[in-house]
Amino acid sequence: MAAAPAPSDKASGGKRRPGTTGWLLLAPMLLWLLAFVVVPTAFLFVYSFCQRDELGQVVFSFTGTNYARILDPVYLGIFGRSLWYAALTTGICLVVGYPVGYYIGRSPPQRRSLLLLLMMIPFWISFLLRTYAWLSLLKGEGLVSSLLQWMHLLAGPLEILYTPEAVVLGLVYTYLPFMILPIFTSAEKLDNSMIEAALDLGASPVRAFTQVIIPLTKPGIFAGVLLVFVPSIGMFAVTDLMGGAKVPMIGNVIQNQFGQARDWPFGAALGVTFLALFALAFWFLHDRGEEEAR
Amino acid sequence: MSASESADAGAAVPRPYSTNLNPNVQTPHPDTQLEWEFRLAPLPAMPECAAALSKETMVELRGVSKRFASVTAVDAVDLTIHKGEFLTLLGPSGCGKTTLLRLLAGFEIPTSGQILIEGQDVSNIPPYRRDVNQVFQSYAIFPHLTVEENIAFGLKMRHVPREERRRRVDEALELVSLAGLGKRRPQELSGGQRQRVALARALVCRPKVLLLDEPLSALDAKLRQAMQLELKQLQRRLGITFVFVTHDQEEALVMSDRIAVIHCGRIDQLGTATEIYHSPASAFTADFIGEANLLDATVVSNNGVTAQLSLGDGAELNVRSALLRPGTTRALLSIRPEKLYIARAKPAKDNTFKAEIAEEIFRGAMDELRLRVAGGLQLMAMVANESAHEHAWHKGDTVFCSIHTDDIVVVEQK
Repeated sequence: MAAAPAPSDKASGGKRRPGTTGWLLLAPMLLWLLAFVVVPTAFLFVYSFCQRDELGQVVFSFTGTNYARILDPVYLGIFGRSLWYAALTTGICLVVGYPVGYYIGRSPPQRRSLLLLLMMIPFWISFLLRTYAWLSLLKGEGLVSSLLQWMHLLAGPLEILYTPEAVVLGLVYTYLPFMILPIFTSAEKLDNSMIEAALDLGASPVRAFTQVIIPLTKPGIFAGVLLVFVPSIGMFAVTDLMGGAKVPMIGNVIQNQFGQARDWPFGAALGVTFLALFALAFWFLHDRGEEEAR
Repeated sequence: MSASESADAGAAVPRPYSTNLNPNVQTPHPDTQLEWEFRLAPLPAMPECAAALSKETMVELRGVSKRFASVTAVDAVDLTIHKGEFLTLLGPSGCGKTTLLRLLAGFEIPTSGQILIEGQDVSNIPPYRRDVNQVFQSYAIFPHLTVEENIAFGLKMRHVPREERRRRVDEALELVSLAGLGKRRPQELSGGQRQRVALARALVCRPKVLLLDEPLSALDAKLRQAMQLELKQLQRRLGITFVFVTHDQEEALVMSDRIAVIHCGRIDQLGTATEIYHSPASAFTADFIGEANLLDATVVSNNGVTAQLSLGDGAELNVRSALLRPGTTRALLSIRPEKLYIARAKPAKDNTFKAEIAEEIFRGAMDELRLRVAGGLQLMAMVANESAHEHAWHKGDTVFCSIHTDDIVVVEQK
């Protein structure tokens, strides 16, 4: 047959380095990161190896006991629960958020803007206010309870507030947009001819979805999972308000150490451990994501 | 077909649309390409070859229309595509040719009318249940799968057993000259190779009809020419019906058994490459395929053998009366620019005009001359490029151009 076609032209050149202008443009952000991320994290790291006196002042003398304390079953239990709730939240957000993000991403531009706007509107209201709104909705004599009773779907008042279910509900509500947005971005980029090619090659819509659409939107799924899982594991406001402090998560414990308990070194140790775990998780997921993308 | 037969056919059949006016100068071909030339014969335009083509119907469109909101993309199209035929849907962008292809693929459902494949009405059958495969303009190679996995995709969806799948994928890779590249990622391939993967992925499913949506438009000119011949050869060898969409008239002329010229959602003309080139049925086709001088003419006299037409301002042309319906008073004529004969001395021929060269445009193999005929008539002529020689044409030269009566086509008359 024919002579081989022109050899593939490999993309050449390494990554671009920012020049002087580049560094100048980056400077404000780098300074910000240095002042409000790097320095505080360094403090946290140092504190985590310190002790405290009876009044809760940090005493700069080295100890490893803060880290040893984390292995206490009480804290491991809370840690496990946090992981479980965060995983549950992430799972629900994925199942609920994927179709939404996909639908928005595949909509014609005009409708897409409208849908995105609708999704952003709740952000214009304070997060605390929205959480309080959930409290009034879900309480025993609240709107949802009354409605369910009126429809005879429920015999007595709704007793969901201050339960783990309420906490997960609150977490899903809070973080759902962070799942939808990256999936929307992936779905928007998805070339329609990929889906048509799958159908053309005999894939039913279901198989086209599992074999082509999901793999091609994986970067969005990874980003969404990360964006939901990481913050929901450390969330304390929702657990406080909707869980009534009855179901503490790791975020509540940390907040408590820096607040009422006045044990900054232990709080710092929890924080550092947490950070390390996230870094690991991110590294793992990111690596997987890169591989998928290739 | 034996070697001598094919050689004969190749020698006896000049390419009717060849622009090589000097028979002594042969376009240099690598051996393989020469071989194609012969294997590609018999050429589609020749009647005895047309007879060799199957006349069995593969696809039939019956009054197919497709409307999007207020736009009618495809307007009551009737079309029969034969088994094993290479049919090209040719038209400018937005003419409805892609919608027509998408209707065949099943991505669109006709607003009205029927689409039949081997006699079965498939109008409402989804793409994944049609024995039709498409090569997409963007290739649509799945980036998350290797070349092999891409090609195996359709077989997997049809639950072909693993062993057979592997064998057929290997065959397909061989067929498109990509053997050994099965483990590559699509991102590691060149545009031409991706195009071959797309082709293999569609062909491996052994479709009844292969749909190609401008598959060569992203390739550079040289590669595109090579692929045109290769595709054509492949189609002949496999005997699969190809429906090829393009806006490139040269591509259509080179590859097709028949061409359907699409204009505003309708088929303007359906015929072989030579029919469409030499006897355009409308001003649109004449203008769209190749270059054409379109001239408005008034009938001055008609003696039943020859009709005398006025082009205004004293310029007159004689055409065969047979081309005109009785009672015709006005006609639109099409004359191909390469049919104009240019000379310095006045030839003793009919239909000769004295003209001035208003513009000379170098086009590589050809020279394009813009002629201004006394009286304001403008004509375009294509002549073999002789710019380097002494007797080259220059802007401002006074010349004589003549047109053979047989080269005048009447595309419209009333």
